[in-house]
Amino acid sequence: MIEFKDLSLVYPNGHQGLKDVNVKINDGEFVVIVGLSGAGKSTFIRSINRLVTPTEGELKVDDDNILDYKSRGLRDLRTKVGMIFQSYNLVKRNNVFKNVLAGRLGHTGTFRSVFNLFSQDDKALAYESLQRVNIDDKIYSRADQLSGGQQQRVSIARVLTQKPKYILADEPVASLDPPTSHQVMTYLRKINKEDGITTIVNLHFIDMAMEYADRIIGMRSGEVVFDGPVSEVTEETFEEIYGRSIREDDLRGGAEEDGEQNE
Amino acid sequence: MANKMNKPTMNEDKYAPLLSPWRVKAKISLIFFVILFFLIYSSEQTGVNFADLIWGLSNMGQIFDKLFPLNFDVLGPAFDRLFETLHMAIIASTFSTLIVIPVSLLAAHNITSNWLVYNTTRLTMNVLRTIPDVVLAVIFVGIFGTGVFGGIVALFIFSLGILAKLISETIESIDMQPVEAMRASGANTIQAIAYGVAPQIMPQFTSFSLYVFEINVRASVVIGLVGAGGIGQLLMNQFSFNNYGAVMTIIIVIFAVVILIEYISGKIREAIL
Amino acid sequence: MSQQLPPKKPRTPKQIARNIAIALAVLALYIWTFVSINIDWGRVLDRFTSNYDVVLPQLFSPNWARAGEVVEMMIETIFIAYAGSLAAAILAVPLGFLAAINMTNNRFLTTFGKWILSGVRAFPEIILAILFVVAVGPTPFAGILAIAIGSTGMLGKLYAEVLESIDMNVVEAMQANGANKIQIMFHGIIPQVIPEFLSYAIYRFEIDVRASTILGYVGAGGIGTMIFFAYSNRNWNDMGMILLVIIIVVTIIDYASTYIRKKIV
Repeated sequence: MIEFKDLSLVYPNGHQGLKDVNVKINDGEFVVIVGLSGAGKSTFIRSINRLVTPTEGELKVDDDNILDYKSRGLRDLRTKVGMIFQSYNLVKRNNVFKNVLAGRLGHTGTFRSVFNLFSQDDKALAYESLQRVNIDDKIYSRADQLSGGQQQRVSIARVLTQKPKYILADEPVASLDPPTSHQVMTYLRKINKEDGITTIVNLHFIDMAMEYADRIIGMRSGEVVFDGPVSEVTEETFEEIYGRSIREDDLRGGAEEDGEQNE
Repeated sequence: MANKMNKPTMNEDKYAPLLSPWRVKAKISLIFFVILFFLIYSSEQTGVNFADLIWGLSNMGQIFDKLFPLNFDVLGPAFDRLFETLHMAIIASTFSTLIVIPVSLLAAHNITSNWLVYNTTRLTMNVLRTIPDVVLAVIFVGIFGTGVFGGIVALFIFSLGILAKLISETIESIDMQPVEAMRASGANTIQAIAYGVAPQIMPQFTSFSLYVFEINVRASVVIGLVGAGGIGQLLMNQFSFNNYGAVMTIIIVIFAVVILIEYISGKIREAIL
Repeated sequence: MSQQLPPKKPRTPKQIARNIAIALAVLALYIWTFVSINIDWGRVLDRFTSNYDVVLPQLFSPNWARAGEVVEMMIETIFIAYAGSLAAAILAVPLGFLAAINMTNNRFLTTFGKWILSGVRAFPEIILAILFVVAVGPTPFAGILAIAIGSTGMLGKLYAEVLESIDMNVVEAMQANGANKIQIMFHGIIPQVIPEFLSYAIYRFEIDVRASTILGYVGAGGIGTMIFFAYSNRNWNDMGMILLVIIIVVTIIDYASTYIRKKIV
């Protein structure tokens, strides 16, 4: 369970990233955060694994205030909170397998990992994760030889290999085309349901949020302006979150074209 | 000279090469005169003038009288000493490539966030790089006595300075996103470096290490002149006895080996990058 | 859950053989090196214990009385480097053209040019200085020649690379307009390469200042002469002063050169 209690974050340059956020995310939920760019979605997500540190309030993960964590506690937190990035963040020169194994680093001792001594279990887990996102045939390809969608699947496999309790995804489909976007979201959704991993995704496409989320949190200028199940969300809700009428570029489209799943 | 050249037009004429507005012409003429002025001034200072140049060049002919015939008796010791030179270069390059790893990480601003550590490391390396190889050799031969050890230490310090600059710049240019991903998955600093940084710099690292080996082979010839072992020491001995035939023979041997090593190392680097 | 290990990374026998061969070669090289290197540890230790508290403290207390003299010799050094780099900057132009394939359109000539340039580059400056001291006597002139020849190799190579990367459309357009070779050279090629040629020449000057500090060691003029005497007399206070001046001057020239080159290109 993740609990934001009166959480605020002011960046050193004075910009207010989060403002009095009070949110409770239950285990197993699939939450999508929506809002314009700069609304604080990314700050919200990055607070949970302390890539940014909130300046006020409490942020509890499994009933423990993570704002108190120092290096060791922080690494343990990050080991159980996996993250997926907009630009995949793979080591481009390494092969897919090595990239996926990097997900085990938090579980592996420094010495063993520096000399590449991963256990058979770790290797098997990495391979299984690749199979789950259907990219196991590319196992020894270099990451930079893959398409964007394939790279994002590798990064999902990396997170799976980490065996996290929570997955954070920061704009995972912003660099992808519509069919690939749906494919990536489908995998995230599937993992959420099959493994019961709580998943929090930033999106700025309204239609995708509606299609995949259990619950939607709307943000504007660092504040939570909407929080509720998808069933309560209407077009007016989005207009309120965005502070303007809905435009075409707020939609990803292409939902019906997901025949590419097994590309 | 600096502010004479920094007018923006210098850039513009690069894109419009066919046009030569008067400002550019004036600037080129100015640069030309500044260069000429310094040349005259420096010939004044060094006591070298145009007549000397003509005289010197006409005297170049006798270089051959002095340097030839070659003295092949020196070949045996030359090869012994040459191998010593190579060994010095290998040892010094190996140690500097090992030590440069932590040093260059400390001198890369995207890895070392501590302002003081970063700047101290950088400054130290910058100062090291200004010291000519021979001066380093003189100091370490002064401390450790004549022989290869002082030479190896000198080469080590010399190549460390060069490598630290090249590799810390490479580290600063890497893609930090995978490193962020690893930090976010609970990896500690050493792991993030081993998995996020190392693979990205590996080709350049290997290439620069070979490059530094090349430089060290050359430098070890040079530092031998001050008694730091190797073929340079032999060269200096023959030079001070005015044994010019032997000097030329040794120079030819050095020349051949330097060319050979550059060729091999060039091939390896081509294969890597 | 059943464990399934990933398939082994596909490697051809040729790759495996190559990797083993490389590993063995490197191993052999290191064994050869460490077995045959002859370090007299006893002597090293002996010298170290008797010298370190003499040499280092003296190095760090430079002899200020000789500061004037040292600076004067450093200025001579800079002039040697200047004259040498300038000569090289000019000498390297024809060689650069010779070694650029798009200028000669002749593979044989270009290869020939590249060979000359890499041949010249293989000589350390101080070896060239020895040659020129033999040829023209122990004067700064020998130093200038050594720097000039030594720098020509590198500058020629860099010039050739610049020439090979120029925009040939301009040249072709001029050929189509009926311009002759000289016109093309001065209006089509030179304006494109001048900033980079200049930048490389300044960069080389920066290197040459370092290189010429040691030429005097073999009698080719400049501050190296003082290094020679300070070393012969084991005068580490003087050496400290020389070192200080070299470090300061080289640093200033490095910064100035970087600044100017940024402005040019």
